[in-house]
Amino acid sequence: MQTIITGKAYVLGDNIDTDQIIPAQYLSYNPSDPEERKYFGMYANSGVPEAEAGLPYGNIPFVEPGRFKSEYQIVVAGKNFGCGSSREHAPLALAEAGIQCVIAEFYARIFYRNSVNGGYLLPLESVIRMVEKTNTGDELEVHVLDGYVLNKTRNIKFEIKPLGDVLPIIEAGGVFEYAAKSGMLK
Amino acid sequence: MAGMTMTEQILAKHSGRARVEPGENVWVNVDILMTHDVCGPGTIGIFYEKFGRQARVWDKNRVVVIPDHYIFTADEKCHRNVQILRDFVKEQGLKYYYDPEFVTLNPGMPSPYKDPTKTNYKGVCHKALPEEGHVRPGEIMLGTDSHTCTAGAFGMFATGVGNTDAAFTLGTGKTWLKVPPTMKFTFRGEIPPYLTAKDLILAVIGEIGVDGATYRSMYFTGEGIASLTLEDRMTLTNMAIEAGGKNGICDVDEKTLAYVRKRSNLPNWEVPVEDPDARYFAEYEWDLSTMEPMVAKPHSPDNKDTARNCSGVKLDRAYIGSCTGGKITDMIFAANILVGNKVKIPTYVVPGSTEVHQDMKTLNLKGQPKGPNEKSIEQVLLEAGCFVGPSGCAACLGGPSDTFGRLNEPLQCISTTNRNFPGRMGDKRAGVYLASPLTVAASALTGYVTDPREYVSAPIETGIAGVV
Repeated sequence: MQTIITGKAYVLGDNIDTDQIIPAQYLSYNPSDPEERKYFGMYANSGVPEAEAGLPYGNIPFVEPGRFKSEYQIVVAGKNFGCGSSREHAPLALAEAGIQCVIAEFYARIFYRNSVNGGYLLPLESVIRMVEKTNTGDELEVHVLDGYVLNKTRNIKFEIKPLGDVLPIIEAGGVFEYAAKSGMLK
Repeated sequence: MAGMTMTEQILAKHSGRARVEPGENVWVNVDILMTHDVCGPGTIGIFYEKFGRQARVWDKNRVVVIPDHYIFTADEKCHRNVQILRDFVKEQGLKYYYDPEFVTLNPGMPSPYKDPTKTNYKGVCHKALPEEGHVRPGEIMLGTDSHTCTAGAFGMFATGVGNTDAAFTLGTGKTWLKVPPTMKFTFRGEIPPYLTAKDLILAVIGEIGVDGATYRSMYFTGEGIASLTLEDRMTLTNMAIEAGGKNGICDVDEKTLAYVRKRSNLPNWEVPVEDPDARYFAEYEWDLSTMEPMVAKPHSPDNKDTARNCSGVKLDRAYIGSCTGGKITDMIFAANILVGNKVKIPTYVVPGSTEVHQDMKTLNLKGQPKGPNEKSIEQVLLEAGCFVGPSGCAACLGGPSDTFGRLNEPLQCISTTNRNFPGRMGDKRAGVYLASPLTVAASALTGYVTDPREYVSAPIETGIAGVV
């Protein structure tokens, strides 16, 4: 597990549901096919209404048209990130686009679980809301185990909550690896 | 020692323990794992990648595969995905698979079934699961779909999972779960004729918010819930996920047991009963006689208002369908308002299952087998000017651009479906109002959001519809 993550922030609001993260029309791609899987990166966050895409400015594409990777590595969001459907394509799409961690106030549980069990990205929770204090494009440095995020652009430090129960699963790399380590899988 | 909720009892039993406490992580044995055409291919890929190409599922009688999402589309990747399911089912010798045999690898839109009784295709998984006998009280069901929580109406623990979790369960029969604290929602009084369970759940979500039950179980009880049909209870538990709930659950009564006895393909089950001294995270109570027809305005299921307050909202389209609002009783509610009238806006109707579609052809407005001179529910809807499509998930989640009823433009739509975040039904500039089938039908007649009390005076009988 990477314990220090650095990169540019892409800022979103509250209740970003899985249809905004990866609209249903793209779910016909098969994530198990390496060629098709790339398209989830291309369309990640494409369902977010333009005005709310890349706060506080809006109208900032998460992935430039025709590209498979985002220029952002970290998503900062508000409450209930990843609510809605159970589609694992959501954390997968963000990971395919190059996102290493999301920092939200809290998550919808299936998105959180999929992120952890599938080993796609780190779902981190901020102690205070970061959305209004972070601009899209700010350079962040996330110290996962030490529990803080440094906004290097604005020189602000935010606390993040410990990963707790799920840390061993994240450290193992996902639920399969965790179960194998703990002797559940032969 | 305090008692246990139904959810706690089920999780304790399936983890081999006498009791569990909220917050504990437990490994449980899963009774049924369901997947469909959207999440199945990814699940199957992970299953073979992690367990090896020769891997076998843990129990070929406990895996249920129901293609339902992207069936009537010319998108060839969707046809290919159905074929991935077929190949997997064959390779693994799975007993329960409901094939849309009219979907082939040939280009173009598949021709829908002609006769709903003569197809293996069943339609939306959450409706088909109980119909086909996969739902029983006291059991644990996982499904690769957030609305798997629907089955909680039958007193089981049912929740949605992702592909990785589903693949893990496919190989092991197990999953880890954190025992959720339970929120108790009590409804007093009997359901009045102008309300359906949709109004109740929109009121609940509006009260607690779309994150109000995150990580928690939602327990629906009281004589108000007992007065609901089983299908209407499914509407309640179906939308538990819209409040972030891990599961929704209802008490098991004679209505539940009659249905399960008739349908279940396993002979035995244990009925969990909520302990009177069970502990709750929070308790809420409503009196049905004081509740009004509700809507959730764009763009969130918790953006509640009364239908009456929204009477100035002009609409472009109405939609009646999905696991939430496409059951046979939903169709009867809508048809009783539409009968003898003409819709003012394009109104799309999608039966939740092929059984619902069949019932729409054979039952009358009172939910009884139609006589030779009586109109079927489908006839009533067609004569009112509705477009009736084949069963499936259809435009509830947008889907491919050629999906029946999809909002391909920034329209204002009133819908019996479950979710109205931006882009849910297609165009992200569209606005979706969630409402009961009564409210949607009344609104279809006026072209504005309309309180159904203007059209409903006497109780609408649903007869034998959805009973067993």
